[in-house]
Amino acid sequence: MKQAKQFEVIVVGAGPAGATAALKLARAGRKVALLERGEYPGAKNVSGAAIYGMDFMESLIPRFSRQAPLERCITRKILGFMTPASSLLIDFKNDPAATPPFHGFSVLRPKFDRWLAEQAEQAGAVLLCGTTATGLIREKEQVVGVRTDRAQGDLWADTVIAADGVNSFLAKEAGLQRAFHPHEISLGVKEIIHLPAPVIEDRFQLSGNEGTALETVGAITGKVNGGGFLYTNRDSLSLGVVCQISTMMQYRAKPDDLLELFKNHPTIRPLIRGGRTKEYSAHMVPEGGWKMFPRLYGPGMLVAGDAAGFVLVTGYLLLGINFAMMSGAAAADTVLEAGQKGDFSSKSLALYEKYLNRYHLFTTFKRFKHTPEFVSNPNVQNIYPEFVCRFMESLYQVTEGPIPGPAALGWSALKQSGLSAGKVAKDMVQIGRTFL
Amino acid sequence: MSRVQEKINLVRFHLDHKSHITIDPEKCAACTTKPCLFACPAGMFTLSEEELLYSHEGCLECGTCYVVCPKGSVDWHYPRGGFGVSFREA
Repeated sequence: MKQAKQFEVIVVGAGPAGATAALKLARAGRKVALLERGEYPGAKNVSGAAIYGMDFMESLIPRFSRQAPLERCITRKILGFMTPASSLLIDFKNDPAATPPFHGFSVLRPKFDRWLAEQAEQAGAVLLCGTTATGLIREKEQVVGVRTDRAQGDLWADTVIAADGVNSFLAKEAGLQRAFHPHEISLGVKEIIHLPAPVIEDRFQLSGNEGTALETVGAITGKVNGGGFLYTNRDSLSLGVVCQISTMMQYRAKPDDLLELFKNHPTIRPLIRGGRTKEYSAHMVPEGGWKMFPRLYGPGMLVAGDAAGFVLVTGYLLLGINFAMMSGAAAADTVLEAGQKGDFSSKSLALYEKYLNRYHLFTTFKRFKHTPEFVSNPNVQNIYPEFVCRFMESLYQVTEGPIPGPAALGWSALKQSGLSAGKVAKDMVQIGRTFL
Repeated sequence: MSRVQEKINLVRFHLDHKSHITIDPEKCAACTTKPCLFACPAGMFTLSEEELLYSHEGCLECGTCYVVCPKGSVDWHYPRGGFGVSFREA
C-alpha cells in the first residue's frame, strides 16, 4: 500500500558523499533524511586517511580548513621504494603547503565524518543513526524509498541517493553495480598508533601542525600487489597496508601478516618505536577506477562516493574523499534540477553526468583509466623497487678494486633484478600509454 | 591469544545476538581452497576437524569474505543498525 512520503530525498550513508549531498539539499530547503547504520557517522568508516582538494571543500563550507576537525596539514610527502632490507625514499618537503590553500590534511574519519554530518544536520537534514537500509522500495521500475530496520521502517521519497559505501548493497539490488572481481578491489588493514605530539614532530621533522604522508611500494607486501602507508595525526600515526585481493588470494597471504611486515621494516620500525596501538581496522577499497564504475543512476536513484567507485589510484596520488564529496554535491544538484521539472525518471536523472563533469570527474577518471593495470604490474610492484635499491647499494659500495662507473652499475643491477632492455622498453610503452 | 585477536580486543563492538554472516556448510565442505581462512583480517573463519566455523563477533565489516568466496557460500550483510563495529579513531 502506498504510504504518504515522509521525505523528498533519502540519502543512505552519512560518509563524505552522503553528508555532502544532504548538506546541499537541506540548504536548498529540501526535506532530506540522512541514514547512517553506525551509532554515529564515521563509526564504520575507514581510510588512510588524508584529504586533498581543499578548494572544493572551502567552496562547500566557508573556512573549512579552520573549522573542520583536521589533524595535520601535509607538508612532507614521501614516496618509498622498498626491498626487505633497504629503501629509497623520495622525500618532498614543501613549506608553502602549511598555509592556505594547503595541499591536504590527515584526518580521523570518526571525527571528520561526524562533523561533516553535523553540518548537514544544522542545515536541516534529518540524521537517522543506527539505521540500516535493508532494501529498496520500488513501484514498477521507479525507486520510491528504502526499507530500514527501524520500527515502521519504510521511508518514502522522490529520490534515493545511495552513498552506502564500497559494498553498496543498494546499487547491486537496483542492478546498477555488478559483483566485484578480486583484482579491482583492495583490502586495507590499519592501526592507529599513539605517540605524543612532540615525539611525532621531532621524528618526522615537523613544526606545529605540519604533517607527513608516507606511501611505499615494493617488498613490503611480499609478492602481493599493494603498498604501505603512514600518516601523522596530531598525537597518533595512521599506519597500514593496502593489498589487492586477487594476489592476496593467489599467495594465500594474511593481511595482518603483511601489516606486521610493514611495521617491522627497518625503515618503518624506528618511526613507530614506543608507540601504543589504539585501534585496528579494515576496509575494502574500490581501486578499479573508470572500468568498474557502476551505472551511476536509475529511475529515482543516484549512486555516489565509494558506492560509485570514485577512488583514484595513480601510483603517486590516492584520492577518494574529495571525489566522494564532489559526487555527493553533484547528486544533490541533479536532484534539485530534476525536482524543478518534477521528473525523477532515469532520463531526467541523467543530468548527474553533467553535474559530475562540472567537477571534471569523468575527465579525470578517463585520463587515468589505465593506471590500475600499471599499479598492479609485477615489475612496478616489486622488480623496479628492487632494481633502484640494488643500484643505490652498489653505488655506495667501495671496495679495493677499481671503482666502477654508474652506467656499468646500473646495467648490472638491472640484470641482477631479472630485467632486460626488452622488458624495460615494454614497461616504458605501458608508462607512456598510461600517463601521456 | 593470537596477535589478530589481541588487536580485535582493542576495537569497540555493540554485539548483536543475531549473526550478520551466514554460510552454506555444504558449499564450504566442497570448497578446496577456503580463502576465507586467511583473507579475513579479523580471523573470523577457522577450521575444526575439516568443518568450517565462523563468528561474527569481531567482524570489522570490510566484506572481503564474500568477495574471496569461490563458492558463493558466504552471505555477508551489514549488521542491524547501531550494532557491530564502532570505530573511534580509524
